[in-house]
Amino acid sequence: MEPILDVKSITMDFGGLRALDRLDLDVQKGEIVALIGPNGAGKTTFFNCITGLYSPTRGDILITPPGKKTERINGLKPNHVTERGLARTFQNIRLFQNMTVLENVMIGRHCRTRTGVAGAMLRLKSAREEEQTIVDHSRAILERIGLSQFVNDLSKNLPYGAQRRLEIARAMATDPFLLLLDEPAAGMNAQETRELDNLIKKICDEDGISILLIEHDMKLVMSLSDRIFVMDYGRKIAQGTPEEIKNDPEVIKAYLGEDPDA
Amino acid sequence: MEYFIELFLGGLTRGSIYALIALGYTMVYGIIELINFAHGEIYMIGAFTALIVASVLTLLGFNELSILVIASLCAVIWAASYGFTIEKLAYKPLRKAPRLSALISAIGMSIFLQNYVLLAQTSDFLPFPALMPEFGFLEPYAHIMSSAEVIIVLTTALVMAALTFLIKFTRLGKAMRATAQDRDMALLSGVNVNRVISFTFIIGSATAAVGGVLIASHIGMINFYIGFIAGIKAFTAAVLGGIGSVPGAVLGGMVLGWTESFATGYVSSDYEDVFAFTLLVLILIFRPEGILGRSTTQKV
Repeated sequence: MEPILDVKSITMDFGGLRALDRLDLDVQKGEIVALIGPNGAGKTTFFNCITGLYSPTRGDILITPPGKKTERINGLKPNHVTERGLARTFQNIRLFQNMTVLENVMIGRHCRTRTGVAGAMLRLKSAREEEQTIVDHSRAILERIGLSQFVNDLSKNLPYGAQRRLEIARAMATDPFLLLLDEPAAGMNAQETRELDNLIKKICDEDGISILLIEHDMKLVMSLSDRIFVMDYGRKIAQGTPEEIKNDPEVIKAYLGEDPDA
Repeated sequence: MEYFIELFLGGLTRGSIYALIALGYTMVYGIIELINFAHGEIYMIGAFTALIVASVLTLLGFNELSILVIASLCAVIWAASYGFTIEKLAYKPLRKAPRLSALISAIGMSIFLQNYVLLAQTSDFLPFPALMPEFGFLEPYAHIMSSAEVIIVLTTALVMAALTFLIKFTRLGKAMRATAQDRDMALLSGVNVNRVISFTFIIGSATAAVGGVLIASHIGMINFYIGFIAGIKAFTAAVLGGIGSVPGAVLGGMVLGWTESFATGYVSSDYEDVFAFTLLVLILIFRPEGILGRSTTQKV
């Protein structure tokens, strides 16, 4: 079985700074994989490389969407990466603040529709019907994510936890096979984090979307993940199941520093 | 009182034209934060295209209405293709460069286009045929507002309505708003940002060309330099209204039109520009974000 995401030895240099150093990572179908590491380890840079915001200096990023052939996606534009079925959220919330919740999700459907500008402006029947399908589909997603009461609110007026969930809803609107979540629980309280835990499991189990997440909340990471990759200074220092990672001396060293008595 | 109404309507006509051109500035600024200084030249090229097409059609013996329609269409299409090409050639390669580079590129484009039309068309004022029809039923009111002015105001209103609809309700409009708010995020949501930017230039250039044809036909003569003056005024209108805001561009255009019209009527036509730019200075001092603009707190 081909992994749906297979990152082979990617390196990312910013001038003299090596942000990613020959990093390997793979995600299998139906898996929830976590990427952890101290601040500045290069986790977000890694996401930016995969989603086309950065073009890695060396290495390969291969994707195998379900039912399709393996493809190398280095250097593709972000919108083309999204079209191929990778969607992401951001560490700091990046919603379209002055648009309604529904519009935010509808934007995500953009890449899955065909009506051109002319059609949309002339209000052709096909265009109107397609628009209606988008609205229905977007509402359905909001329903699933538990945001239906906010449909027509401006997204900037939503409570914090709801804004975070809206980011996930917008990413899901692009019909991804792999969802990349960058610190989805950042700033959430315990209650919101529990709900997020359930939501992510539901997306993976019921919608069949694999998940790759960056997270600092270790309780959430341990509860969700099938496998964990640990990074430090742009390199992978460990990988394995939550149990293996918990007891890995390299990981403990990266997080807590060297034990002076050892 | 009648004099006041006359000046008011005169200002409305002027303001409509400023608004039509200001839309292009404001939309482009909203999306890529660039003051497209070549925009006034697009307006001028629109007017010249209409003049050339209209001359050819007159020689071929077309009737007046069909000349107006065909010449306007050609002007709109030709100006739009200019807008599209300018963006691709002069701005797109500089999109990741500091903003000053793109601004200088825009000024360069403006000078280039002016001089290219100067070489092709000389610096003489060329007579522009009165393409707009005279409405018989407006005859009694002709001393207050001519048919041409009525057409200008109505066309502007129509363009505004269409544009508002486009931005609010169509998919392209949503993509434009999304791109304006957060370009990277729009990309990641699958929006083809390059296409959105191209369309913004196309739409802005097309509305400028509409303005160009209307005003040229109303005033009756054009030369290579009209784009510069109109561009500066329209830019002022866009800043007055709050650059980046579409209703702001319309409002700014109107306010500027009225200021000039009343200043000309009650003071002296010599002071037209003095009042216009005094207003700009006052707005910039007391409300730098413009009448309808949002105050921009710099994002970190």
